[in-house]
Amino acid sequence: MSADSQRQQPGGFDDYRIEVIIGTLLRTGVLLSATVVLIGGVLYLVRSGHQVANYRTFHGEPGRLKSMSDIAHGAAELDPRAIIQLGLLLLIATPVARVAFSAVAFGIERDSMYVVITLIVLAILLYSLFGSS
Amino acid sequence: MTVLEFTGLVALGSLLAGFLGALTGLGGGVVVVPMLALLFHVDIRYAIGASLVSVIATSSGAAAAYVREGYSNIRIGMFLETATTAGAIAGAAIALHVPTSAIAIVFGLVLLYSAYLSSRERQEHGPHMQSSPLAEKLRLPGTYPTPEGKQSYAVTGVGSGYGLMFGAGVLSGLLGIGSGAVKVLAMDQAMKIPFKVSTTTSNFMIGVTAAASAGLYLARGYIAPGITMPVMLGVLLGSMLGAKFLVRAKVKVLRYVFAVVILALAIEMIFNGATGRI
Repeated sequence: MSADSQRQQPGGFDDYRIEVIIGTLLRTGVLLSATVVLIGGVLYLVRSGHQVANYRTFHGEPGRLKSMSDIAHGAAELDPRAIIQLGLLLLIATPVARVAFSAVAFGIERDSMYVVITLIVLAILLYSLFGSS
Repeated sequence: MTVLEFTGLVALGSLLAGFLGALTGLGGGVVVVPMLALLFHVDIRYAIGASLVSVIATSSGAAAAYVREGYSNIRIGMFLETATTAGAIAGAAIALHVPTSAIAIVFGLVLLYSAYLSSRERQEHGPHMQSSPLAEKLRLPGTYPTPEGKQSYAVTGVGSGYGLMFGAGVLSGLLGIGSGAVKVLAMDQAMKIPFKVSTTTSNFMIGVTAAASAGLYLARGYIAPGITMPVMLGVLLGSMLGAKFLVRAKVKVLRYVFAVVILALAIEMIFNGATGRI
């Protein structure tokens, strides 16, 4: 691969290798979450497919589909909608994992400025996931 | 409409949105919200939550293919993500206090702008530019592969690019879109980053930006599993198919058709928002 030979130093943990690992990480996360959502979706349609769909008015989802621990509980009890939410949570966690991995990678490269920048992004993401609920 | 019919139709529409979005490079998110709100009469807050999740899926799914080409710049991406994620949280917070009709109007205006952008030809920057001291300090300049070998590029306009990125984050959090158009504008126009680098880096950033507001949307109950499931799976499958067909398709004609669709949706969104129907 031309791009590979151009940018990779022998034995080095350089930007290109990091990017390839990150790309694989992201795709794995998406495929995993899509599988969980699909399983939950099939169960949901089997159980509730005949009901009337109405999303015209906004109620907000009930508490058991909002917080992380409740979603995990519901999914363990095979509640179809909780399984879908679990898959969506996995999807939201995928970019967060990417940022966390980048922080480690910049650390190995001894790039302290970018370790700090990456940790700022990670802090903002974690605040969004945990700080508000 | 039963749940089964609703799921099937939404999945089909999302598949088409993802397919056209990938072919034209405009992303499926911009069409998903108007489709759900106008066609399926879904409350716009549910529509935004579902679209936001599908944006994470397409961005992350495409990233693997993009990075292998070696164009994206993770330093530029990470540095600017401090602005887009902060903006996304601000946008999601604003969405709480703004009436849905106002969101619909802003959405329409952003759609108009996207249609305008997609109708424009873009010019590549000259290779003999000088990087600004701040860009050098942040180690933003990089290289990308060309048939003739490694080509290095300069980066300028860090301040204005950073500001535009915050704005892109706000729009993403407020409207549930990737706002790739604004991100590319910030990198292309303000920071003078080459076309291929700005497009792939933008795609890389979209997932992280959307994740920042998706957490808040989930906690607030805006993410309804019954809607998000068909939207996410449909858009993901559609964009994967779109990327496969990309080589063969007549993109120019498609871009034109898609721009007309977006224009029509924009007018519809603004009209419905202004008359208080959304």
